[in-house]
Amino acid sequence: MLIRKPADIKSSEITPKELYLNRRQFITSAAAAAVTAGAALAGFEVLRPATQAHAGEKLSNIKKSSYSIDEKQNSFKDITSYNNFYELGVDKGDPAENAKYLTTRPWTVAVEGEVKKPKTLDIDALMKLSPLEERVYRMRCVEAWSMVIPWVGFPLSALIKQVEPTNNAKFIQFVTLLDPKRMPGQKPGIFGNVLDWPYVEGLRMDEAMHPLAILSVGLYGEILPAQNGAPIRMVVPWKYGFKSIKSIVKVRFVETQPKTAWNTMQAQEYGFYSNVNPEVDHPRWSQATERRIGEFLRRKTLMFNGYGEQVASLYKGMDLKKYY
Amino acid sequence: MNFAIMRSWLKPTAFAACLIPFGQLAYNAYIGDLGVNPIDTITRFTGSWALIFLLTCLAVTPLRRITGWNELIKFRRMLGLFAFSYALTHFATYLVLDHFFNWPAIGKDILKRPYVTAGFTALMIMLPLALTSTAAMIRRLGKRWQQLHRLVYVAAIAGVIHFYWLVKADIRRPAQYGFVLALLLGYRIAMKWVKRKPAAVARKSAVARAQEIS
Repeated sequence: MLIRKPADIKSSEITPKELYLNRRQFITSAAAAAVTAGAALAGFEVLRPATQAHAGEKLSNIKKSSYSIDEKQNSFKDITSYNNFYELGVDKGDPAENAKYLTTRPWTVAVEGEVKKPKTLDIDALMKLSPLEERVYRMRCVEAWSMVIPWVGFPLSALIKQVEPTNNAKFIQFVTLLDPKRMPGQKPGIFGNVLDWPYVEGLRMDEAMHPLAILSVGLYGEILPAQNGAPIRMVVPWKYGFKSIKSIVKVRFVETQPKTAWNTMQAQEYGFYSNVNPEVDHPRWSQATERRIGEFLRRKTLMFNGYGEQVASLYKGMDLKKYY
Repeated sequence: MNFAIMRSWLKPTAFAACLIPFGQLAYNAYIGDLGVNPIDTITRFTGSWALIFLLTCLAVTPLRRITGWNELIKFRRMLGLFAFSYALTHFATYLVLDHFFNWPAIGKDILKRPYVTAGFTALMIMLPLALTSTAAMIRRLGKRWQQLHRLVYVAAIAGVIHFYWLVKADIRRPAQYGFVLALLLGYRIAMKWVKRKPAAVARKSAVARAQEIS
């Protein structure tokens, strides 16, 4: 059977950016005008929502980074239409479809726990916390597929330094937004919740301080689309994708290893560390190979997703079969 | 409308209808619309349809009993063979597109991964059933044919388990198939029980009569 490879051309390359932005703006304002007119006719007072996600807006002053890899990047379409983000639905196409519910303004991130300077940061302040960098990273899903994604963000360590962790801070827990209205996947189904909401993840302090670990606010030079974890998400490229928690509202510094969502759901299958490791299989499937989205033949999965040189020292002396 | 003509058209129409999913897949492949992960799309699509046809096939007997429309039996073989065809395409996708004949990996998968073992078992059970589905084989095997073809229940159970064991967290879809399968198998068990009961009553009354006589 003939399988066509997805086109290499981004939609944004076909239509000049200014043109389609104008078009979008026109459509948005036309729609807004229609809604306003309709509501006015019906006698409703319209509160103009200041909550629209700014997805697609261009980010400026993005620095290149030496941490970027030089591999063929997946298209914007691949990255934004094939997502595991159960808060917006369990099928890969659901998050893109339900992205409209996830409004990202206003948005704050509370940083608390074992820190000298706890703060609640507004998303717009967070985006100016540190110079934005483009980081082209491999992303390896625990389901044995992978992509190459040009994230835009800043080192997680920049945020950590701002709040000055105490000596008791050994781990950091991250928490996703809990709001079934904006995250329809959090509404319980007939078998209850798919996961124990809100989604939580965690890193050891040294992992979090590693320069490869970033907080991402953008993709392909634009503001992060909701389906990719807007307005702010973590990216830890040497771990399976589910460790890179999306739509963060809380960062908590703690003394003991925190709970993580998939580990709570199925501890034998998803460990706290979840480093990409071709030698430790998921109990139900092999992790030795992966399919890079857009390619036909499977690739061999690399230890630490190919970031071993940078991160292997974090796990020196640890039995990675035990601490999977 | 002439009934005989309608009947003569019914089977070819049903056959064409069973081909619709294949056609849809071929069309989507042709226009390059199989999503971001085409191999995964094909695998899931063919697997789902194999299960749907298997369950539809198992629905023939209960429907026939309930509606009294005995001619439904004429569609059973066709449905079973379509279930096998979709399952075979599903397996071929795994073999060729997903693993590209990487035999060591495939062998390990079948032995070590319970969900693959279950799926492979279902297919291996369906194989002899498909091969013995011809009229000549039915004649040749006689009573044993029916005994052999009862294995379809095992294949269906293994197929649903295969799906259930592969999902990460959202069990809704495999649960739906499981529910339908439970209904279809439950109906058969219930029928067997109902049938046995009058026999037991008859035996009992015979004993009573014999006692009366003595």
